[in-house]
Amino acid sequence: MKRALLLLATALPLVLAAGGAWPQDKVVNVYNWTDYIAEGVPEAFQKATGIEVNYTTYDTNEILDAKLRTGRSGYDVVTPTMSPHFARQLSAGLFRKLDKAQIKNYGNLDPEILKALAKYDPGNEHGVPWMWGTTGIGYNVAAVKQRLGDAPVDTLKMIFDPDTVAKFKDCGVMLLDSPTDVLPAALLYLGLDPDSKKREDLEKAADVVRKVRPSIRKFTSAEMINALATGNICLAFTFSGDVLQARDRGAKAKPSAVEISYAIPREGSQLWIDVMAVPKDAKNVAAAHRWIDYLLDPKVAAASSDAVGYASGNKAAVPLMKKEVSEDPLIYPPEAVRAKFFTVSPGEQDYVRLRTRLWTSIKTGR
Amino acid sequence: MNLPLRIGPQGQLWGRRLVIALPYVWLLLFFAAPFAIVAAISISETTLDTVPPVTPALSSTAYALLFEDALYPAAYLNSVRIAAIATAITLLIGYPMAYAIARAPAGWHGPLLMAVILPFWTSFLIRIYAWIGILSENGLLNQVLRGTGLVENPGSLLGTEWAIYLGICYAYLPFMVLPLYAALEKMDLSLLEAAADLGARPWRAFLTITLPLSVPGILGGCLLVFIPAVGEFVIPDLLGGTETLMIGKVLWDEFFLNSDWPVASAVAMLMLVILVVPIVFFQRARARELTKDQGAAG
Repeated sequence: MKRALLLLATALPLVLAAGGAWPQDKVVNVYNWTDYIAEGVPEAFQKATGIEVNYTTYDTNEILDAKLRTGRSGYDVVTPTMSPHFARQLSAGLFRKLDKAQIKNYGNLDPEILKALAKYDPGNEHGVPWMWGTTGIGYNVAAVKQRLGDAPVDTLKMIFDPDTVAKFKDCGVMLLDSPTDVLPAALLYLGLDPDSKKREDLEKAADVVRKVRPSIRKFTSAEMINALATGNICLAFTFSGDVLQARDRGAKAKPSAVEISYAIPREGSQLWIDVMAVPKDAKNVAAAHRWIDYLLDPKVAAASSDAVGYASGNKAAVPLMKKEVSEDPLIYPPEAVRAKFFTVSPGEQDYVRLRTRLWTSIKTGR
Repeated sequence: MNLPLRIGPQGQLWGRRLVIALPYVWLLLFFAAPFAIVAAISISETTLDTVPPVTPALSSTAYALLFEDALYPAAYLNSVRIAAIATAITLLIGYPMAYAIARAPAGWHGPLLMAVILPFWTSFLIRIYAWIGILSENGLLNQVLRGTGLVENPGSLLGTEWAIYLGICYAYLPFMVLPLYAALEKMDLSLLEAAADLGARPWRAFLTITLPLSVPGILGGCLLVFIPAVGEFVIPDLLGGTETLMIGKVLWDEFFLNSDWPVASAVAMLMLVILVVPIVFFQRARARELTKDQGAAG
């Protein structure tokens, strides 16, 4: 009897599905960054909508990129970083156009962030901003004080002036292993357009990095947070999110706390935005829209920003956040700092190849 | 299920064919087919944001690039060099280990082999991350060194080529020990007694009897370590320094930074060619070994 029931239970959905009697998607497959949402959100969504959430996480854009490009990823909502990943995936035709009528909370989004995103996705047709931040300098407060006294930290000189960087060689300097983040900053340091696509500008930027290369312990994207928080390095050029995580982790470090802080370069900072998008081959498109809509609820977005400490792409969520987040100038920088945010466009094949080649030559000397 | 109850001569024949065919089907599905896809991508036209399926074209652009830029030959050579040194070190550590296990009292073999394999039960990535914790500036190793008071400011091994050798050696040691153990264990010990009776000292007996008899184990172990080490990405990336140039990293850059699938595929194809050479060499050596044995028996 039990067996017959089991059989019936497994067969019933099949019959219903075959008959087309299932009016709504009953499941949504979400692929998101690790630690990027408040606890309990998938469960609350399921309770509110009856849609089951398969929530899985990744910790590098490359993993997501590989899955999307090889196709049939099985995901309904993914969250790549705007540039270059989202932009390139979009130009490869990997995303579906969003039906904004199904996203009732769309109006809560921050127009400033939407405008920055529209540079890659005209009309914001394929992506919805989730969280954003800056690219800048993470540093060990004690090490900087000891070497530079009260000299300003919020400048690109900290990582591109050979004499300054050399002072930190002994305690460890790391830069992002990412030509798309470091070279535009080097262009800006030279007073050039960070989005310049001229070959000679690129060569000049590479020379800037070459000059500080002897003082740099490693180019990496994976080890920054841990290395800062454990005191193994004292200076880093990386994403704001990495440093803020290192700051929290360093404060709890044993046996003695490591004080880490972050500075946004006064010359300007590259804005990063993580974008929610629906892959072209997603199976549960309606559920994907409902999930995005749910995350755009100001309460849900505010709780997530509170939990992870990043700025939200949701303007209506800001007043609902903890003051430590919404009033932290490193998370929500003042108007004058925001005015100097920049973004870079992906570039043509030849340019990208040259950039990667220069980057390899900076790192390996070959 | 339609398994015949009574296996006659006909059934036996089919059964045998099936058993022989299975590995071939496996190879066809999981080696030949992916290989053909990668080969097809490597000769397709390079366009930004290529996504499979690619349009087949007989383009040699990707391969031409590999020979134009000195970076690629340098990366291949460096990978082979690092893999060869790491394999040699692994052999030097693995051989005494395998020897000790093979000559240990019979009841000890199982537990000792278990101890060799046991680390596999922990995720590979976690074990490599653990080495970061051991080798870094404020890591365990330096804390111990400072604690002894002998060294005041030990440098960090992390980020050097030695850290890569250490990582490969640590991660692949069981692949070296197991074939060596298999070769040493089945050795006829009376040969050594005979050598001793004829006046050979233990060291001489080892060099003239044990070592030659364990050559298949040495070759097998070395290949099992060398081949994955050439294409290794995780260990050099996490433990090595930024200046370490290996083919795995070049492949990563082609794929993720340049989004250039044709060049990435061409790099992979060439890597395969480089790896096929030692495999062929190994097969030849083994075939020679077999005919020699048969010759001796007959």
